[in-house]
Amino acid sequence: MTSLLLLIPCALLLGAIGLAAFLWALRSGQFEDLDGAANRILFDDPPAKETHHDEAR
Amino acid sequence: MTPPAPAKAAAPDPCRHCGLPLPSGRSDGFCCPGCTLAYQLIQQSGLGAFYQRLTLSAGQRRLQPEIREHRHLGLSVIAEGKDRCGLSLMVDGLHCPACVWLIERVLAQQPDMLAARVNFSTGRLRLCWQGTPERADSLVGLVESLGFRLVPFDPAKLRDATDEVGSELMRCLAVAGFATGNVMLLSVSVWAGHAGSMGAATRDLLHWLSALIAMPAILYAGRPFFRSAWRALAHRRSNMDVPISVGVLLTTAMSLSETVRHGPYAYFDSAVTLLFFLLIGRVLDHRARGRTRAVAAHLLSLGAAGATRLTGLGQAETVPVGALKAGDHLLVAAGEKLPADGDVVQGNSDVDGSPVTGESIPLAAAPGSHLFAGMVNLTAPLTLCVGAAGDDTLLAEMLRLMEAAESGRARYRQLADRLTRLYSPLVHSAALMTFGYWLVLGEVAWQVALLRAVAVLIVTCPCAMGLAIPAVQVVVSARLLKRGILLKSATALERLADIDQVVFDKTGTLTTGQPRLLTEPKPDAANLCLAAGLARSSRHPLARALAQACRLAPVITDVEEIPGCGLLAGGTRLGSRAWLGLPEDGRTDAELWLAVAGQTPRRFAFGEDLRPDAAGVVARLAGNGTGVALLSGDRPAAVAIAAQACGIQDWQGGLDPTAKLRRVAALQRQGRIVLMVGDGLNDAAALAAADVSMSPASATDIAQTAADVVFQGARLAPVADLLDIARQARRVVRQNLALALGYNLVAVPLAVTGIVSPPIAAALMSSSSIIVVLNALRLMRPYQEGAL
Repeated sequence: MTSLLLLIPCALLLGAIGLAAFLWALRSGQFEDLDGAANRILFDDPPAKETHHDEAR
Repeated sequence: MTPPAPAKAAAPDPCRHCGLPLPSGRSDGFCCPGCTLAYQLIQQSGLGAFYQRLTLSAGQRRLQPEIREHRHLGLSVIAEGKDRCGLSLMVDGLHCPACVWLIERVLAQQPDMLAARVNFSTGRLRLCWQGTPERADSLVGLVESLGFRLVPFDPAKLRDATDEVGSELMRCLAVAGFATGNVMLLSVSVWAGHAGSMGAATRDLLHWLSALIAMPAILYAGRPFFRSAWRALAHRRSNMDVPISVGVLLTTAMSLSETVRHGPYAYFDSAVTLLFFLLIGRVLDHRARGRTRAVAAHLLSLGAAGATRLTGLGQAETVPVGALKAGDHLLVAAGEKLPADGDVVQGNSDVDGSPVTGESIPLAAAPGSHLFAGMVNLTAPLTLCVGAAGDDTLLAEMLRLMEAAESGRARYRQLADRLTRLYSPLVHSAALMTFGYWLVLGEVAWQVALLRAVAVLIVTCPCAMGLAIPAVQVVVSARLLKRGILLKSATALERLADIDQVVFDKTGTLTTGQPRLLTEPKPDAANLCLAAGLARSSRHPLARALAQACRLAPVITDVEEIPGCGLLAGGTRLGSRAWLGLPEDGRTDAELWLAVAGQTPRRFAFGEDLRPDAAGVVARLAGNGTGVALLSGDRPAAVAIAAQACGIQDWQGGLDPTAKLRRVAALQRQGRIVLMVGDGLNDAAALAAADVSMSPASATDIAQTAADVVFQGARLAPVADLLDIARQARRVVRQNLALALGYNLVAVPLAVTGIVSPPIAAALMSSSSIIVVLNALRLMRPYQEGAL
């Protein structure tokens, strides 16, 4: 049972990293244009002027 | 996504730019000069691949460039530091990602462009450029010349309205999801350990860990529910969130006390799972509604954004409409919407009053005429003295009528609320009785009695019920949005299912609101060509209809427009009967006369186009047993023609707003549940009084504000589709509620008798939620009747 003492914190840490990543994505506007992002990858020519996403929101 | 409408067998290929059928006589592959220019612009920019990538979607207007209206874009530009300007716009006409690509690339080729990004989900365009605010006009003009329509908005206002609540719900959902996953992991090992292989110390450790994860998560993620429950209780009411909050908090407290006392069972997993599922419902609900709210808000912002005020020194300044006072003198350019009620001081023009009065023929405006906000000035600039502000305006009068009419509707209670009123006392008394029974008659320790009472609260927690209605609403509103129908009111869908009487307005609702040249009797080609050539230089709707009827007509230069009368070029005149000095002959259609020196004057008569599927929709509604009526403010003769063409027996013309309101109220007194479909200021009161109301997206602001539902596109089919879909949705909501209640009926006796252990309660709860969601998803299946 001593392995639990290592494994549980490991599991929690991994989960917390996922949670933090999600909250970061939420805050930085990654979920604001789901349809657009899904299609944008198919635009084959390089964007003429790419700007920071914060600005384009 | 559907392919472009197939052209009729005999017709040539559709327009190479917008894909609309070519008018007869055009042979260069384009339907109008605007499309030719747009095509050239795209090819010159090296973006010709657009046409291969474009997938047209139904419900969006085609990319046919329109004549631009005069607007005040400068007011919406936000300065973003030195020499940098920003502008947020709503884009109308986004069909597919290729449109996003085209707009972004065309704008990126402008040397002073810093950022141009389209949000495809919300249909918004964000511009940022180096230079002056005046540049906005040319940038927006560039995109509009491709056939898109842009409307500026204030991003700060919209973000306040939609984003705050949404992102809080998402954060809560994330935290609840994290806690659910981890607590479940620990709980499963505890359940497995109950078989005997786990020692008490390990179990306590896992319980403590669960408590550490679950309690902060519950306090954080439960806030939306606790807040709403507290608000309801403070007003001595109860809502769905009260039993949820009580259940979650009691469960947590109970589990904590069990953990402290080294008890065998803790219910942390049930509490967080419950929150997680409920939050999914809330997030979905908010997303769907936030999206329609945002789109509806944008439709409203189509209204006049600014006005040109003349200062005492005779200089013009641009001010927001809200800043206007009685007595201000305004300059209203041709093509501009009147920003306020007022009297004409200077200028002669024709004014389109159809948004206010329903009258389809424009009225002549001369000094002294009293005009109303929302009318459109057509032919020449006018100077307007703003009428008495506040309570004396027509707008204020309409608002009063609307408020009075709306108070009746506010009494409508949502199905979910009605159920909760019955449900929550039942749940609470069942839990209380369980506690009392075990304490007094069951002769067990009070902790055990409390545990069983809490078990009752958990299994009856209306998790599935909280999902049953939102899940259906999300699916339905997403599907409706795809078809160009926006549900503005949360309860509209429920109310729609009961409709048994539809009342239409005529101008702009049953008809497209645009006049069209009648082909009976057929005008001879040479005269038509001449008249159309003259008409091309005017914005008057009849002149535009004439120009539309013969697009190949050569442009005639040196045309003089005499407002209120007609057009003059040399000895040739095109205009009203009175101007040409012809006697009245009793005909009431809209008309223009062409007088060429030395010839008898020719008459061009105009009729209104019905929406292409109007008759079909009326027949479909009648076939379903729904009553159909037509109430219009237009001349009875014109109303009769439209009623006959659509097959509506019950019609009335010449009604003022109060008469329309009375007529709708009379129908309601007969026990009818009325859906009002209208677009004008004169419909607003009737829209507010009806049980449900609908407006086309072309309607006036006030009508769209009053309406529960706004539909886009030239077709009327959304009215009939919406009723069908609402009835279908009600069926599924009822099934869902039956499933949820059935689950509770089975689970409660088990909980009362103390048979339900935590794993069984959790499994039952999750499975009922999933079944409810799956049942709602059935509505996603393509809808057959009236298909696109």
